[in-house]
Amino acid sequence: MTLHTNSSQEPLLNVKHLSVAFKGRQGTAPVLNDISFAVYAGETLCLVGESGCGKSMTALAIMRLIPEPGEISQGSIELNGQNLAHFSINEIRKIRGNKISMIFQEPMTALNPVYSVGDQISEPLRLHQGLSKSEARARAIEILKSVEIPAAEHRIDEYPHQLSGGMRQRVMIAMAMACNPDVLIADEPTTALDVTVQAQIFDLLRDQQNRLGTAIILITHDMGAVSEMSDRVVVMYGGRVVEEGLTTEILDKPAHPYTKGLIACLPELDPNPTIDRPDLPEIPGVVPSVWERGDSCPFADRCNSVMPKCRETFPPSFQTGPTQKVACWLYEEQV
Amino acid sequence: MINTDHSTPLLSVRNLTVHFKGKRGGWGKPAAVVHAVDGVSFDVARGRTMAIVGESGSGKTTTALSVMRLVAITSGSVYFNGVDLTHLEGEALRRQRRNLQLVFQDPYSSLNPRQRAGDIVLTPLILLGIGTPKEQKEKVNELFRLVGLREDQQMLFPHQFSGGQRQRLNVARALATDPDLIVCDEPVSALDIAIRAQVLNLLRRIQRERGQSFLFISHDMAVVEYICDDISVMYLGQIVEQATREAFFSRPLHPYSVALMSAVPTVSGGREKAANRIKLIGDPPSPINPPKGCRFAGRCPAMQPKCGQEAPPLREVIAGHKVACHFVTVENDQVKAPLDERIIHSI
Repeated sequence: MTLHTNSSQEPLLNVKHLSVAFKGRQGTAPVLNDISFAVYAGETLCLVGESGCGKSMTALAIMRLIPEPGEISQGSIELNGQNLAHFSINEIRKIRGNKISMIFQEPMTALNPVYSVGDQISEPLRLHQGLSKSEARARAIEILKSVEIPAAEHRIDEYPHQLSGGMRQRVMIAMAMACNPDVLIADEPTTALDVTVQAQIFDLLRDQQNRLGTAIILITHDMGAVSEMSDRVVVMYGGRVVEEGLTTEILDKPAHPYTKGLIACLPELDPNPTIDRPDLPEIPGVVPSVWERGDSCPFADRCNSVMPKCRETFPPSFQTGPTQKVACWLYEEQV
Repeated sequence: MINTDHSTPLLSVRNLTVHFKGKRGGWGKPAAVVHAVDGVSFDVARGRTMAIVGESGSGKTTTALSVMRLVAITSGSVYFNGVDLTHLEGEALRRQRRNLQLVFQDPYSSLNPRQRAGDIVLTPLILLGIGTPKEQKEKVNELFRLVGLREDQQMLFPHQFSGGQRQRLNVARALATDPDLIVCDEPVSALDIAIRAQVLNLLRRIQRERGQSFLFISHDMAVVEYICDDISVMYLGQIVEQATREAFFSRPLHPYSVALMSAVPTVSGGREKAANRIKLIGDPPSPINPPKGCRFAGRCPAMQPKCGQEAPPLREVIAGHKVACHFVTVENDQVKAPLDERIIHSI
């Protein structure tokens, strides 16, 4: 894995000024607002934030899977220089599962219960690579072995309900990696799993990345997972990017009050537990709904260093480290 | 009201066994039996939190439900306030339930979507006939304030609350009858990290202010370290380690406990921790035919031939610290555990 401290290398996936809006009777809801980030070959980028911050919507936008009545209202999604935002349905179908694939949070609902595991892994192989039925089956067994499924020759004919949660997520990864995609989007792949199985799935993702050089976009709200998996981090809040930088920068000296809060409120394992435990630092309140977002900073109501300016305009990005950028008025004067 | 007598434990579970009948056998074959809980014993002291930790399928939820008498107990006893709950029926059991309440994992499916928030908290008071209507209303107001909700939110329906607020509502409902013990089944696993801290702080505050006792079920060691006073680690229906919080987290002894702790990703750990992690391969074995010897043997990084043959008993190695492993030894008051040298690197 390589770190990208310089911008000399061309990004593999480049999301520029992406906005997604949902039109309804109440008006237009801005779900994503001016999102920009880049993903380089072979790296892991984490999208971090609470539920409702737009992480999953960003992933769906990249896959062009935004549900009705949502649409990309602005911006571009460039994969190897091609703008996916303007692709037709037929064109994007050639990309999905082939160049970019995605794994979901709940492996039970994401797998089709009436098709065998083998059928589901073979589908992208036959579709994108034109393999015959028997070739696809042989390849599917190979892929199942590569995701460490024991007795792959037998498991291939089983159905999702016959597998444990961890195995289902392995099958999801096998499906996603079948065509050796450039980018793998993993949307909270371990939230529904035990911690021991989570460790196995993370190991597997790292292993697949090392072997195939896939870039991974990992969506999570767990700063522990960020620390363990990612090279770079993009912190999202209220449909906007509030901070980004190298994982080491973000974890060592988080700049945005939201990022600081996310790191502080995670209970850490302490090898010297004391009898008195101080309260966990908490971020008060909840994520604002899409209707409550205006031009102001969406975090203003929960922020402990809020200024009058924050309620007026959303701040531009200020550079606070070699690659660290933060959208917060606190850093205006430092720059 | 809450009894402040600290000499006897509030809840005392002895040799609890819960077996479920599985698939029917074929001709002449007996029906399969799922050994969900197999001989579990623990105490919950007054005003303290006992955490039960384990993976899915370890029997931790079944243990919690059988304490509430919500699943049939195969054998063993559950003493609560000195009363054996195991054989209570009908009205006598209902009276005891007033002192035993439950908070569920999923804040979405555990609230009736067609009941208003105030009514949700009021219902247990009505069902158990506690107080006059006026007192009940005041109680509901007080509970809303206690869990950090506004009184005017009583008219709202569950879908109008966020996940964290719904869990607060669940806590308020559990507190309504002033129970001696609240059983929390993974109360924060479904919540976002920022909201999780709010709910954990709330539970700790309630314990400080009211001397509330909790039985806390979880799979997340970091959450458990924050919330518990005592801990029992379960694996495939049995307790493999039991200690106080301080003793356990400063020195976990059972290989499974060490592995569970090393599985938690931490902010400070990063890739280094991940690389040094104690890897557990595969899933736990089936509880239908649990392995003969130590149930953890098949996944244990320190497995020895003896483990496959002889089941280790849960024994007290230091005062108050019990572990079920053949290879935890005491020599001249020095405890040695199989994964000692890996603890430093992996936690």
